[in-house]
Amino acid sequence: MPLRSNGLTRRSTITAGAMAAFASLLGARMAFADEKAVMAEIRKLYGDKALAEGRIRLDIPEIAENGLVVPVNIEVESPMTEADHVKAVHIFADGNPQPGIVSYSFTPACGKASAATRMRLAQTQNIVCVAEMSNGSLHMAKANVKVTIGGCGG
Amino acid sequence: MVSRREFLQATSAAAAISVAAGLGPLGRAAAQQRLSQADILRFEPTGTVTILHVTDIHAQLMPLHFREPSINLGVGAAKGQPPHLVDAEFRAHFKVAAGSADAFALTSDDFVSLAKTYGKMGGMDRVATLVKAVRAERGDDKVLLLDGGDTWQGSWSSLQSKAQDMVDVMSALKTDAMVGHWEFTLGADRVKEIADSASFAFLAQNIRDTEWNEPVFAPRKVFEKGGVKVAVIGQALPRTAIANPRWMFPAWEFGIREEEIQKQVDEARAEGAAVVVLLSHDGFDVDRKLATRVKGLDVILTAHTHDAMPGLVRVGETVLVGSGSHGKFVSRLDIATSGGKVSDIRFKLMPVFSDAIAPDAEMAALIAKVRAPYAADLSREIGRTESLLYRRGNFNGSFDDLICDAMLSQRDAEIALSPGFRWGGTLLPGDAITWEAITNATAITYPNCYRNEMTGAQLKEILEDVADNIFHPDPYFQGGGDMVRIGGMGYAIDIGKPMGSRISGLTHLKSGQPIEAAKKYVVAGWASVNEGTQGPPIWDVVRNHVAATKTVTIKPNDAVKVTGA
Repeated sequence: MPLRSNGLTRRSTITAGAMAAFASLLGARMAFADEKAVMAEIRKLYGDKALAEGRIRLDIPEIAENGLVVPVNIEVESPMTEADHVKAVHIFADGNPQPGIVSYSFTPACGKASAATRMRLAQTQNIVCVAEMSNGSLHMAKANVKVTIGGCGG
Repeated sequence: MVSRREFLQATSAAAAISVAAGLGPLGRAAAQQRLSQADILRFEPTGTVTILHVTDIHAQLMPLHFREPSINLGVGAAKGQPPHLVDAEFRAHFKVAAGSADAFALTSDDFVSLAKTYGKMGGMDRVATLVKAVRAERGDDKVLLLDGGDTWQGSWSSLQSKAQDMVDVMSALKTDAMVGHWEFTLGADRVKEIADSASFAFLAQNIRDTEWNEPVFAPRKVFEKGGVKVAVIGQALPRTAIANPRWMFPAWEFGIREEEIQKQVDEARAEGAAVVVLLSHDGFDVDRKLATRVKGLDVILTAHTHDAMPGLVRVGETVLVGSGSHGKFVSRLDIATSGGKVSDIRFKLMPVFSDAIAPDAEMAALIAKVRAPYAADLSREIGRTESLLYRRGNFNGSFDDLICDAMLSQRDAEIALSPGFRWGGTLLPGDAITWEAITNATAITYPNCYRNEMTGAQLKEILEDVADNIFHPDPYFQGGGDMVRIGGMGYAIDIGKPMGSRISGLTHLKSGQPIEAAKKYVVAGWASVNEGTQGPPIWDVVRNHVAATKTVTIKPNDAVKVTGA
């Protein structure tokens, strides 16, 4: 769990604070990325190349159980041969202070293009996954993750 | 499928007699002449497999009143669909006669007078009578008893005994398998201790440890019944770690995991299962969506949202069952198979009318034994109520109004927040408010009643978040439960709007002034999911309020203005 050791987290700060029943989602106002910031990051890497749908399986919970360590699994359909393989996969978030989450590089020797990690999400937001193929084409997938204050379950 | 109709005919005749005779002892006696145990049990059997389903008993060992909701709004695809029907619409859809025993069991209007006619429902000794009768009729080798969870929480005796009372009772009932939700608020160690030693299987395909993502419980179990392999897959409440304190089971994560359910189904079929059942605690709307996406489930036994329906809901090849809550009902499904596949399903929602069903003596003795250590406390009268006190409804319930009044007065708060729990008994006007009645509405393992300051903006944010948890048009984003109950503050809600714009018109009721976003208000509440919450347990707050008030009267609550339904 690479993202757990974040020292004094936002959530624990709030938990210790005044709102015992329901933690505020945003606490102190800080600057967050947005959809534009994510697109700007993608342009930095790949210019204005077209982003096709499909081939990416982005497995992520609809609702985060713990915003500090949200699991994400990606798998990109590919034969992973010299001629046809996935070169790179990037994951972005449009509601965190910084849009970049993680980048993976693949070679045909990987056998398959899949990876799993956990990420911290500050609030409800979209996760964007971009895969770069060996022929230079790009694929994109997007999923919304809800980060909620919780409680009150029946 | 003649069984339910026959019951209705029998009971509507009974209702006609009782209405003609007027209410009171004569009407009740007349009704019971026709409303017999045999009527409740009557069933045209089929096939070689019988599944009995109980769920959301919430640790209610004794008969009680439980009023079904008068407001139960569906959104998105569920709008206007069962189970989101109440009162006249519900009766019209399921062909239930007004004033009948089924109307009393399943709808809310005229509850007080019908309660006097038909008496209390539930009681695990009555449930045991029905279960034993079905086993005797069909043979033990054909009957599977499945428990949908929320069984171990909801009473003083279950809280004090850490659910040992319920485990003993459900073991004596020869439960075959169960799944969980509130069970987990006993803490991971206690749940594992019970699951590892109980006579029944504790199933949950969707609980994994956070470190290795390995299953914490067995995902499924295959039972051989009447020569047929029946696979039961467990599905715990996917939102347990959000709805309840995650710190009580910090190494577990949940989620819906529908691809994993599909794998379970496929593996079970490969092993030769002719019947595949999802024993689910997802909530009805989540399961209705799930049934369109997971292939090969014959039956989903739903839970969590406490819906009782006297008919099956079909989604493709899957049937969904809603067996209600608090021991009010036992569902029976007879399943016939041919060529390794389901060929016929017959269903009846058996209402557990405690006055019509003879208590099972062995179970009654066990219940008396497990309650004995607490019996003196439970029967202690704290006060009385002049009003009907109930819990269910999307926006408020009069028992919650009482709890909010208690927090406002005992904690000297301007605003009170009480969670939208769907469990807890109903009291009739004139009833005593006993320690048992108070704890039936409050018995949880995180009961502290906090007192804090919150800004108007924070209060609105809470309401928006909870509303989205109920009224998100995609059921996979819903967590179950009802709106948080508010004392001292009114608001307007447009349930059709998106998150962030449903709530408006926050009003401080005492002054009639609008709630100001930047202003701080003193707020009391309970059932915080945060560790280390300070304050007295909520049952003491309610007891002190009721003792001081002596006779409770709850005024009709019109502080929430609802649109967009």
